[in-house]
Amino acid sequence: MKHEIVEKNIGLMIVLIVVAISFGGLTQIIPLFWQNQTTQPVEGLEPLGPLALEGRDIYIREGCHVCHTQMVRPLRAETERYGHYSVAGEHVYEHPFLWGSKRTGPDLARVGGRYSDDWQRAHLYNPRDVVPESNMPAFPWLFENTLTGKDTAAKMKALKTVGVPYSDEDIANAAAPFASGEVKEIDALVVYLQQLGTLLTQKR
Amino acid sequence: MSTFWSIWIIVFTAITIVGCTWLLFANRKVEVSDDTKEGESPKTGHVYDGIEEYDNPLPGWWFKMFVGTVVFGVIYLVLYPGLGNFGGVLGWTQVGQWEEEVAEAEAKYAPLYEQYSETPVEELIANPEAMKMSRRLFNNNCAVCHGSDGRGSYGFPNLADSDWLYGGSAEDIKTTLVNGRQGAMPALGGALGEDGVDNVAEYVFKISGREHDAKKAEAGGQLFATYCAACHGADGTGNKMLGAPNLTDGIWLYGGSPTLVRHTIRNGRNGNMPAQADKLKAEKIHLLTAYVYSLSKNQ
Repeated sequence: MKHEIVEKNIGLMIVLIVVAISFGGLTQIIPLFWQNQTTQPVEGLEPLGPLALEGRDIYIREGCHVCHTQMVRPLRAETERYGHYSVAGEHVYEHPFLWGSKRTGPDLARVGGRYSDDWQRAHLYNPRDVVPESNMPAFPWLFENTLTGKDTAAKMKALKTVGVPYSDEDIANAAAPFASGEVKEIDALVVYLQQLGTLLTQKR
Repeated sequence: MSTFWSIWIIVFTAITIVGCTWLLFANRKVEVSDDTKEGESPKTGHVYDGIEEYDNPLPGWWFKMFVGTVVFGVIYLVLYPGLGNFGGVLGWTQVGQWEEEVAEAEAKYAPLYEQYSETPVEELIANPEAMKMSRRLFNNNCAVCHGSDGRGSYGFPNLADSDWLYGGSAEDIKTTLVNGRQGAMPALGGALGEDGVDNVAEYVFKISGREHDAKKAEAGGQLFATYCAACHGADGTGNKMLGAPNLTDGIWLYGGSPTLVRHTIRNGRNGNMPAQADKLKAEKIHLLTAYVYSLSKNQ
């Protein structure tokens, strides 16, 4: 085929470009939808509860994933610092995943249980109160904004349609933890952070 | 991976490689056309705004680089996993490489760790190599709460002074590290009432030798005996078994201003040191014990 033919027929060119690009996806992406390794949850994985789910949305809203990854790579330097390397099965209920791609701050894939709730709160209120060297922004409004949980059930339903196994009971009780009217955003975010990566343990 | 997907991947990969190679050779222009004048570059005949398009063949080095990428791809697929279930002749895996790295480090550091683990903490602090190692461990695992200098911050204890909530012997420090600590000062605002909180605060200032209102302190003293002495001791010097701080030494974990002391009495405090036994290996906890122990010894 002369490239002149391709260059002068834009329709044909589009088709050929799509074909060329799709080959990468056909070999690298499509088969993953049928691999147990990438579609089956690790033992003990549960869908996030209402508080953790709202906390995760706050994590996304505040852009935490822009500076923090959630992906411990299988390199000794990383497993020494953070713990067991991440596996796909830990993330099968995540839509979208929050692996991130750049670390300005440390990886958070295994931050759950590493620090006390008090520390997480103090640190998010103003990181420099506990880590003077830190350049992380402060998030004081999390301590003022109240969560009503009015959209939590809808979020669970949406996640259910993409395969997260929330039960009807889960969805019916989604707003219950917020009923007191005193649940602040920080409470939900701390619940989310404290469960991160706690299923796979490995002594460092 | 099932045979179907394995074959799927192999077929598409082969089509891609063969297709690229064919494209490369089928479109290769080698000869220069006859009607080109001597000393002039060939043109496609495409002119726009007086600008003509050259029709030179691809430079040889460029073409060879293209071929090189195809050759690289084939060699890579033979050596490394990439073609479905074929694992590559090197048998390389990501986890395998990690295990190798870990084993290598293990072989290097295990004898050192063993030697340090057998050395009592009190002697270990005299070993500068061990202290360097423990300092790195401290910076990674402890500094985030206790500070890179170990001097703590609001709500997170200073490890570099001689005041210990749960005891400062090597054994006590190790127990703290292994099992963690759960401080539990109950909120007394409800039981004491606002006046009671005020009076107890004045009494606490009295026993710590600070300026206070004598009348309120006297009333507070009785309340202190009822509500506080069980943990903090009748004289307010604390109880290391319970992690109840000494209130007479002028060190205030949660701030010593009148407002903050009242806040503490009113709302309670629940400091939590996470247990490290399930996170860190015993030999590392031993080294960290030595580091924390050395902080207060070297002040």
